[in-house]
Amino acid sequence: MYQSILSAPGDLFAELDRLRREMQQSFGGLGMPSSIRAVTRGSFPAINIGSTPKSVEVYAFAPGIDPDKLDVNVDRGLLSISGERRSDLPEESGEVSIYARERFAGSFKRVISLPEDADPSRIEARYRDGVVHISVQRHEPAQPKRIEIR
Amino acid sequence: MSDRKESAKQEQQRAGMTIMPAVDVVEDRTGITLTADLPGVPKDRLTARVDGETLLIEGDIALETAEGMEAVHAEMQGMRFRRVFTLSRELDTSKSEAAFRNGVLRLRIPKAEHAQPRKIEVKVG
Repeated sequence: MYQSILSAPGDLFAELDRLRREMQQSFGGLGMPSSIRAVTRGSFPAINIGSTPKSVEVYAFAPGIDPDKLDVNVDRGLLSISGERRSDLPEESGEVSIYARERFAGSFKRVISLPEDADPSRIEARYRDGVVHISVQRHEPAQPKRIEIR
Repeated sequence: MSDRKESAKQEQQRAGMTIMPAVDVVEDRTGITLTADLPGVPKDRLTARVDGETLLIEGDIALETAEGMEAVHAEMQGMRFRRVFTLSRELDTSKSEAAFRNGVLRLRIPKAEHAQPRKIEVKVG
Protein backbone atom coordinates (compact mmCIF):
# COMPACT_ATOMS: atom_id res chain seq x y z
CA MET A 1 0.00 0.00 0.00
CA TYR A 2 2.68 2.45 0.95
CA GLN A 3 4.42 1.79 -2.31
CA SER A 4 1.47 2.96 -4.36
CA ILE A 5 0.95 6.03 -2.21
CA LEU A 6 4.58 7.00 -2.44
CA SER A 7 4.77 6.54 -6.16
CA ALA A 8 1.70 8.63 -6.89
CA PRO A 9 2.61 11.33 -9.42
CA GLY A 10 3.21 14.70 -7.89
CA ASP A 11 3.68 13.22 -4.44
CA LEU A 12 6.32 15.05 -2.42
CA PHE A 13 7.97 11.92 -1.06
CA ALA A 14 8.03 10.33 -4.47
CA GLU A 15 9.69 13.47 -5.79
CA LEU A 16 12.30 13.41 -3.06
CA ASP A 17 12.96 9.75 -3.66
CA ARG A 18 13.22 10.35 -7.37
CA LEU A 19 15.51 13.27 -6.76
CA ARG A 20 17.78 11.14 -4.61
CA ARG A 21 17.89 8.45 -7.27
CA GLU A 22 18.57 11.02 -9.96
CA MET A 23 21.46 12.39 -7.95
CA GLN A 24 22.92 8.94 -7.47
CA GLN A 25 22.44 7.89 -11.05
CA SER A 26 23.04 10.99 -13.08
CA PHE A 27 26.37 12.21 -11.91
CA GLY A 28 27.43 9.72 -9.29
CA GLY A 29 29.91 8.18 -11.65
CA LEU A 30 28.09 4.85 -11.52
CA GLY A 31 27.95 4.68 -15.28
CA MET A 32 24.91 3.65 -17.26
CA PRO A 33 22.18 2.02 -15.25
CA SER A 34 21.31 -1.21 -17.00
CA SER A 35 17.60 -1.63 -16.56
CA ILE A 36 15.99 -4.73 -17.99
CA ARG A 37 13.08 -2.56 -19.08
CA ALA A 38 13.48 -0.03 -21.82
CA VAL A 39 11.61 2.61 -19.83
CA THR A 40 11.32 2.84 -16.09
CA ARG A 41 7.68 2.30 -15.29
CA GLY A 42 5.87 5.19 -13.80
CA SER A 43 8.31 7.91 -14.64
CA PHE A 44 7.15 10.34 -17.25
CA PRO A 45 8.87 11.72 -19.13
CA ALA A 46 11.73 9.27 -19.58
CA ILE A 47 15.03 11.14 -19.40
CA ASN A 48 18.37 10.56 -21.08
CA ILE A 49 21.41 12.61 -20.15
CA GLY A 50 24.53 13.08 -22.21
CA SER A 51 27.74 14.77 -21.22
CA THR A 52 30.35 16.60 -23.27
CA PRO A 53 33.38 18.55 -22.06
CA LYS A 54 31.47 21.77 -22.81
CA SER A 55 27.89 20.94 -21.93
CA VAL A 56 25.30 18.69 -20.36
CA GLU A 57 22.57 17.55 -22.73
CA VAL A 58 19.24 16.52 -21.25
CA TYR A 59 16.54 14.81 -23.32
CA ALA A 60 13.05 14.43 -21.87
CA PHE A 61 10.78 12.20 -23.95
CA ALA A 62 7.48 14.02 -23.53
CA PRO A 63 5.34 13.58 -26.65
CA GLY A 64 2.07 15.34 -27.32
CA ILE A 65 2.51 18.35 -25.09
CA ASP A 66 1.61 21.91 -25.84
CA PRO A 67 4.94 23.78 -25.49
CA ASP A 68 3.07 26.51 -23.57
CA LYS A 69 2.23 23.96 -20.90
CA LEU A 70 5.84 22.96 -20.44
CA ASP A 71 7.97 24.45 -17.68
CA VAL A 72 11.73 24.20 -17.48
CA ASN A 73 13.32 25.75 -14.38
CA VAL A 74 16.73 25.95 -12.80
CA ASP A 75 17.10 26.62 -9.13
CA ARG A 76 20.30 26.15 -7.14
CA GLY A 77 21.75 23.50 -9.38
CA LEU A 78 18.51 21.61 -9.86
CA LEU A 79 16.90 21.43 -13.25
CA SER A 80 13.20 20.67 -13.21
CA ILE A 81 10.91 19.82 -16.09
CA SER A 82 7.21 19.96 -15.37
CA GLY A 83 3.95 20.19 -17.23
CA GLU A 84 0.72 18.51 -17.94
CA ARG A 85 -0.52 16.09 -20.50
CA ARG A 86 -4.26 15.91 -20.76
CA SER A 87 -6.00 12.69 -21.50
CA ASP A 88 -7.91 12.79 -24.76
CA LEU A 89 -9.64 9.49 -24.14
CA PRO A 90 -13.41 9.59 -24.39
CA GLU A 91 -15.64 8.34 -21.61
CA GLU A 92 -16.29 4.65 -21.79
CA SER A 93 -19.91 3.91 -22.53
CA GLY A 94 -22.13 1.41 -24.26
CA GLU A 95 -20.83 2.51 -27.62
CA VAL A 96 -17.23 3.28 -26.70
CA SER A 97 -14.77 0.60 -25.56
CA ILE A 98 -11.24 1.33 -24.42
CA TYR A 99 -8.91 -1.60 -25.09
CA ALA A 100 -5.59 -0.04 -24.12
CA ARG A 101 -4.84 2.88 -21.84
CA GLU A 102 -1.07 2.87 -21.57
CA ARG A 103 -0.22 6.48 -22.34
CA PHE A 104 0.57 8.78 -19.45
CA ALA A 105 -2.00 11.42 -18.56
CA GLY A 106 -1.87 14.06 -15.86
CA SER A 107 0.71 16.44 -14.49
CA PHE A 108 4.35 15.50 -14.19
CA LYS A 109 7.61 16.79 -12.77
CA ARG A 110 11.13 15.47 -13.05
CA VAL A 111 14.16 16.91 -11.32
CA ILE A 112 17.79 16.52 -12.28
CA SER A 113 20.78 17.69 -10.33
CA LEU A 114 23.24 19.51 -12.53
CA PRO A 115 26.98 19.10 -12.13
CA GLU A 116 28.84 21.81 -10.22
CA ASP A 117 30.36 23.40 -13.29
CA ALA A 118 26.97 23.93 -14.98
CA ASP A 119 26.27 27.55 -15.90
CA PRO A 120 22.62 28.33 -15.09
CA SER A 121 22.76 31.49 -17.20
CA ARG A 122 23.48 29.53 -20.35
CA ILE A 123 20.66 27.04 -20.77
CA GLU A 124 18.72 26.47 -23.93
CA ALA A 125 15.58 24.38 -24.27
CA ARG A 126 13.86 23.25 -27.45
CA TYR A 127 10.84 21.05 -28.08
CA ARG A 128 10.98 18.94 -31.18
CA ASP A 129 9.27 15.69 -32.23
CA GLY A 130 7.97 15.31 -28.69
CA VAL A 131 11.37 15.59 -27.03
CA VAL A 132 12.45 18.44 -24.76
CA HIS A 133 16.14 18.95 -25.41
CA ILE A 134 17.86 21.05 -22.76
CA SER A 135 21.43 22.08 -23.33
CA VAL A 136 23.31 23.36 -20.30
CA GLN A 137 26.73 24.89 -20.93
CA ARG A 138 29.54 24.26 -18.50
CA HIS A 139 31.70 27.04 -17.08
CA GLU A 140 35.05 27.43 -18.78
CA PRO A 141 37.60 25.42 -16.88
CA ALA A 142 39.94 27.61 -14.88
CA GLN A 143 42.95 28.18 -17.06
CA PRO A 144 46.33 28.46 -15.39
CA LYS A 145 47.36 32.06 -15.80
CA ARG A 146 50.78 33.50 -15.54
CA ILE A 147 50.96 36.71 -13.63
CA GLU A 148 53.62 39.04 -14.77
CA ILE A 149 55.86 40.67 -12.18
CA ARG A 150 56.63 44.22 -12.92
CA MET B 1 41.48 3.27 -28.46
CA SER B 2 39.93 0.16 -26.99
CA ASP B 3 37.55 2.41 -25.08
CA ARG B 4 36.32 3.90 -28.29
CA LYS B 5 35.79 0.45 -29.78
CA GLU B 6 33.88 -0.57 -26.70
CA SER B 7 31.57 2.41 -26.81
CA ALA B 8 30.89 1.90 -30.51
CA LYS B 9 29.95 -1.67 -29.74
CA GLN B 10 27.67 -0.58 -26.93
CA GLU B 11 26.06 1.94 -29.18
CA GLN B 12 25.40 -0.72 -31.77
CA GLN B 13 23.81 -2.94 -29.17
CA ARG B 14 21.62 -0.13 -27.96
CA ALA B 15 20.56 0.75 -31.48
CA GLY B 16 19.49 -2.85 -31.91
CA MET B 17 17.12 -2.69 -28.95
CA THR B 18 13.54 -1.92 -29.74
CA ILE B 19 11.11 -0.13 -27.48
CA MET B 20 7.42 -0.91 -27.35
CA PRO B 21 5.55 2.38 -27.67
CA ALA B 22 2.75 3.12 -25.21
CA VAL B 23 -0.66 3.16 -26.91
CA ASP B 24 -4.29 3.99 -26.29
CA VAL B 25 -6.84 2.04 -28.30
CA VAL B 26 -10.47 3.13 -28.43
CA GLU B 27 -13.33 1.64 -30.40
CA ASP B 28 -16.56 3.44 -31.11
CA ARG B 29 -19.51 2.83 -33.42
CA THR B 30 -17.71 3.68 -36.60
CA GLY B 31 -14.13 2.58 -36.08
CA ILE B 32 -11.00 2.25 -34.02
CA THR B 33 -8.62 5.03 -32.97
CA LEU B 34 -5.07 4.14 -32.00
CA THR B 35 -2.81 6.71 -30.37
CA ALA B 36 0.89 5.90 -29.94
CA ASP B 37 3.71 7.75 -28.20
CA LEU B 38 6.79 7.90 -30.41
CA PRO B 39 8.92 10.70 -28.97
CA GLY B 40 12.06 11.61 -30.86
CA VAL B 41 10.87 10.14 -34.14
CA PRO B 42 10.88 12.62 -37.02
CA LYS B 43 8.06 12.31 -39.54
CA ASP B 44 10.27 10.84 -42.23
CA ARG B 45 11.49 8.06 -39.94
CA LEU B 46 8.02 6.80 -39.06
CA THR B 47 6.36 3.80 -40.68
CA ALA B 48 2.73 2.88 -40.13
CA ARG B 49 1.86 0.10 -42.53
CA VAL B 50 -0.99 -2.34 -42.93
CA ASP B 51 -0.14 -5.66 -44.48
CA GLY B 52 -3.12 -7.97 -44.70
CA GLU B 53 -4.51 -8.01 -41.19
CA THR B 54 -1.31 -6.79 -39.54
CA LEU B 55 -0.59 -3.23 -38.55
CA LEU B 56 3.06 -2.38 -38.08
CA ILE B 57 4.21 0.78 -36.35
CA GLU B 58 7.91 1.47 -36.47
CA GLY B 59 9.99 4.57 -35.91
CA ASP B 60 13.62 5.49 -35.42
CA ILE B 61 14.60 7.98 -32.77
CA ALA B 62 16.81 10.75 -34.15
CA LEU B 63 18.08 13.20 -31.56
CA GLU B 64 20.27 16.22 -32.00
CA THR B 65 23.45 15.24 -30.23
CA ALA B 66 26.35 17.40 -29.21
CA GLU B 67 29.87 16.75 -30.37
CA GLY B 68 31.73 14.18 -28.29
CA MET B 69 28.67 13.35 -26.22
CA GLU B 70 28.74 10.40 -23.86
CA ALA B 71 25.59 8.96 -22.36
CA VAL B 72 25.61 9.18 -18.57
CA HIS B 73 22.01 8.26 -17.85
CA ALA B 74 19.51 6.53 -20.10
CA GLU B 75 15.95 5.59 -19.31
CA MET B 76 15.10 5.37 -22.98
CA GLN B 77 17.43 2.58 -23.99
CA GLY B 78 17.13 1.79 -27.64
CA MET B 79 16.77 3.91 -30.70
CA ARG B 80 13.81 2.24 -32.37
CA PHE B 81 10.12 1.91 -31.58
CA ARG B 82 8.27 -1.09 -32.90
CA ARG B 83 4.87 -2.63 -32.27
CA VAL B 84 2.66 -4.92 -34.28
CA PHE B 85 -1.10 -5.29 -33.98
CA THR B 86 -3.50 -7.77 -35.49
CA LEU B 87 -6.52 -6.18 -37.05
CA SER B 88 -9.84 -7.79 -37.72
CA ARG B 89 -11.66 -8.13 -41.00
CA GLU B 90 -14.43 -5.66 -40.36
CA LEU B 91 -11.95 -2.78 -40.38
CA ASP B 92 -11.55 -0.95 -43.65
CA THR B 93 -7.84 -0.19 -43.69
CA SER B 94 -8.02 1.43 -47.12
CA LYS B 95 -9.84 4.34 -45.49
CA SER B 96 -7.55 4.74 -42.50
CA GLU B 97 -6.16 8.16 -41.68
CA ALA B 98 -2.98 8.99 -39.82
CA ALA B 99 -1.69 12.16 -38.21
CA PHE B 100 1.68 12.56 -36.53
CA ARG B 101 2.47 15.57 -34.39
CA ASN B 102 4.91 16.22 -31.54
CA GLY B 103 5.82 12.55 -31.37
CA VAL B 104 2.23 11.31 -31.14
CA LEU B 105 0.70 9.15 -33.87
CA ARG B 106 -3.07 9.11 -34.23
CA LEU B 107 -4.45 6.43 -36.48
CA ARG B 108 -8.13 6.14 -37.30
CA ILE B 109 -9.32 2.96 -38.95
CA PRO B 110 -13.01 3.00 -39.84
CA LYS B 111 -15.18 -0.07 -39.89
CA ALA B 112 -16.36 -1.25 -43.26
CA GLU B 113 -19.83 0.02 -44.08
CA HIS B 114 -21.37 -3.42 -43.84
CA ALA B 115 -19.81 -3.92 -40.41
CA GLN B 116 -21.18 -0.72 -38.93
CA PRO B 117 -23.91 -1.23 -36.40
CA ARG B 118 -27.42 -1.06 -37.70
CA LYS B 119 -30.72 -1.82 -36.27
CA ILE B 120 -32.39 -4.89 -37.60
CA GLU B 121 -36.08 -4.61 -37.96
CA VAL B 122 -38.04 -7.44 -36.57
CA LYS B 123 -40.95 -8.26 -38.75
CA VAL B 124 -43.97 -9.65 -37.15
CA GLY B 125 -46.29 -11.99 -38.92
